[in-house]
Amino acid sequence: MSTAPNQEPRSRGKAPAGERIADWADGRLGIYSLAKANMRKIFPDHWSFMLGEVCLYSFIIIILTGVYLTLFFHPSMNEVEYHGSYIPLQGQLMSEAFNSTLHISFDVRGGLLVRQIHHWAALIFLAGMFVHMMRVFFTGAFRKPREINWLFGFLLFVLGMFTGFTGYSLPDDLLSGTGVRFTEGAILSIPIVGTYISMFLFGGEFPGHDFVARFYSIHILLLPGIMLGLVVGHLILVFYHKHTQFAGPGKTNKNVVGMPLLPVYMAKAGGFFFLVFGAIAAIAAIAQINPIWAMGPYRPDQVSTGAQPDWYMGFAEGLVRYMPGWEINFWGHTLVLGVFIPLVLFGLVLAAIAVYPFIESWVTGDKSEHHILDRPRNAPTRTAFGVAWVTVYMIGLVGGGNDLIATHFHLSINAVTWFVRIFFFAGPVIAFIATKRICLGLQRRDRDKVLHGRETGIIKRLPHGEFIEVHEPLSQEQLHTLTAHHQYEPAAIGPVVDENGVERKVKASEKLRAKLSNAYYGEDNQIPKPTVDEYKEITSGHGHH
Amino acid sequence: MSSQDIPEENLPAEQSAGHDKHAHGAVSVADEENPFADPGLPPHEHRIQDVDERAAKRSERVVALLFTVSMLATIAFIVAYVVIPNDKSIFVFPIGHISAMNFALGLTLGTALFCIGAGAVHWARTLMSDVEVADDRHPIEASPELRAKVHADFREGAEESAIGRRKLIRNTMFGALALVPLSGVMLLGGLGPAPGTKLRHTMWAKGKRLVNMNTNQPLRPEDVAVGSLTFAMPDGLAEHDENFQDEIAKAALMIVRLQPGNIKDKRELDWSHEGIVAFSKICTHVGCPISLYEQQTHHVLCPCHQSTFDLSDGARVIFGPAGHALPQLRIGVDDEGYLQALGDFEEPVGPAFWERG
Repeated sequence: MSTAPNQEPRSRGKAPAGERIADWADGRLGIYSLAKANMRKIFPDHWSFMLGEVCLYSFIIIILTGVYLTLFFHPSMNEVEYHGSYIPLQGQLMSEAFNSTLHISFDVRGGLLVRQIHHWAALIFLAGMFVHMMRVFFTGAFRKPREINWLFGFLLFVLGMFTGFTGYSLPDDLLSGTGVRFTEGAILSIPIVGTYISMFLFGGEFPGHDFVARFYSIHILLLPGIMLGLVVGHLILVFYHKHTQFAGPGKTNKNVVGMPLLPVYMAKAGGFFFLVFGAIAAIAAIAQINPIWAMGPYRPDQVSTGAQPDWYMGFAEGLVRYMPGWEINFWGHTLVLGVFIPLVLFGLVLAAIAVYPFIESWVTGDKSEHHILDRPRNAPTRTAFGVAWVTVYMIGLVGGGNDLIATHFHLSINAVTWFVRIFFFAGPVIAFIATKRICLGLQRRDRDKVLHGRETGIIKRLPHGEFIEVHEPLSQEQLHTLTAHHQYEPAAIGPVVDENGVERKVKASEKLRAKLSNAYYGEDNQIPKPTVDEYKEITSGHGHH
Repeated sequence: MSSQDIPEENLPAEQSAGHDKHAHGAVSVADEENPFADPGLPPHEHRIQDVDERAAKRSERVVALLFTVSMLATIAFIVAYVVIPNDKSIFVFPIGHISAMNFALGLTLGTALFCIGAGAVHWARTLMSDVEVADDRHPIEASPELRAKVHADFREGAEESAIGRRKLIRNTMFGALALVPLSGVMLLGGLGPAPGTKLRHTMWAKGKRLVNMNTNQPLRPEDVAVGSLTFAMPDGLAEHDENFQDEIAKAALMIVRLQPGNIKDKRELDWSHEGIVAFSKICTHVGCPISLYEQQTHHVLCPCHQSTFDLSDGARVIFGPAGHALPQLRIGVDDEGYLQALGDFEEPVGPAFWERG
């Protein structure tokens, strides 16, 4: 702990070994200035802040197990006859990719476990990113200065989807091959260049002999390489910006309150890595995933019922399933809207959430930094938009599993499909309205709590017979916490006449902005937080409930 | 109800002596004027481990126990790896029969890892200081002086390079940099052939016999019973062929026998043989093989995206996302009484594409 510079020549034998190594490294890397800024860095505590950690750790687990799997996997589509230890498939023709995946599953000791950890960790990685992204969204943690980190995170989510897709396609089994075929069909629907992209991706006609090798290099090198860079950037920015925190006593926009990295978060976060890894290993021990031997090798003329992609692709699958089969033929060409529109929607839905921070900052016109998180209720329109977005996503998932829903709940597949078709439009609208009403209701409740105190549940009878519920005034901590949030004024269109009395032209964008701002912050779109004067007026009237 | 009296304890939290961090910016004076003012960090609440050494000892033992369990679990992992035969399966309720190796390795590894995590977290939560401290934030934006300095430096550097003055250099450089990636784009041309008319043709041709996929025998009309669904491929295609997958992806055929009177579509009837009709098995939506046949209604359903086609009416789409009917193959019978194709499909099979028309 001694920080005083040691002026005397150091006797090398005396300092502890760790200190000597650190000195050596500092002389070459300057690690002490890095450590000064970061070793005792303060991180705030909240359960939702560990969602991002789940993603980071599952990503590390995926890389570790993935490297192991590459030692045994053969990314080749050469057809071979199976002679391994899984009896039911012996003598079957299959690609080397499928053959080596069977080898990993049945002949490599512990190979199945590593495969299952890899696959489970991938599912959890994507689920973690989705939930983490929602946490950041609903608490407004994407606001300045964190917009770029929001985009990094968004890119990680999208790249994670494609890394997952190229990964589960590698074993060349009947299920994943069906997914690749679906991808080829979707690519073919792209106007003008679709057939070329398809031919270039598959090295000719589907399935060809190339896609496993190509997906392999995309899956193990290209995409994870980019993702690793983004993860590092994401973390550097988290450190640099310092973590956001919820409002509370002693917590301001200019400080960060919590516990130091060394030792508390070293132990908690480091320990959490082992918790996540341990949990995934246990899941991989008891819950089978992607049993490719049960599906068999891919054949373009065979398929199984109930074919489902991994969950994160289910939303895209849904879009394709409930879109009507529109096709327009003209001048010897075909516009395959029935597939192309879902493909575009897939991108647009994702893009909508990606660009949201920029839209909100344009509406508010706020250029200041935000380090205090919003409670979702205190941003009713944002929260409503977020829930509407999640609704679209979830309707997509339901649509992607329409056959399973139909068979499990004994419903008509046509009815399920029509339900999704209608609720793709109606669902987000209903969700938006309902969420906004709930947020406003919660804001009113906070307002009542501040002004009238907490409901104690104790009923008191007054001398003249009236019953009242005793309300307990809140502490100053609670009062502060419930009133700390900033509320925007709706932006008004500036004066339409300039100082010389000349009418200026009001731009359409300015009008749109004023409209949006009113929808966000106008009357009835947020409940004004209580003011000190209101509070004093009510609390001075002693005893009156 | 009286308004707030702010107790003394709500003043800034106790700080460990010598620690220079404190809650900056917090309004730390109880404020009668503003009851909503920030009262500052609440005082630290001691945990039992902070005040009772015996409780702290208990926590220490729990952490050590967790780490010890982890060590034992790793040893168990090694034993399981060495001892359990790879092909042994065990019954585990309620999962069923599973690989003993996978089960043992996964659980021991999971336990070993989880206990390290649980130990570390318990250590942090019960024994490490949980005093909350505040750290300052500094604006991300540079100060105006720094900003001006950087801008001036940049201008100086740009001027020294003379990029603005020597336009010829600048323009040719941009030109060169813009063109050079084209080489990379050209190299990507090797990824695949141009589509040409590949998607328009299949292996089917006049005189090709229809071979039953299951028996590998050429089909005769009498092999196809009413109500059954038969899958066929062109004669001359074998599983071991180099391009089998590519060919079957287009040529896969499904054959059903209908009562000729039930066939509503005239062309379908013309292209059939004694009520036997042959359609492409590849869905016109995104290319899944269609495999569910409802013999009462003559509907076929693609299990991938539920496109439904009516085989008694030119295989038109009656539900789902497919955009057009399944292509029909014109069939007849050759001299030896085998079913044969009377040509290729007249339109491309499988998913629609831009050049399909």
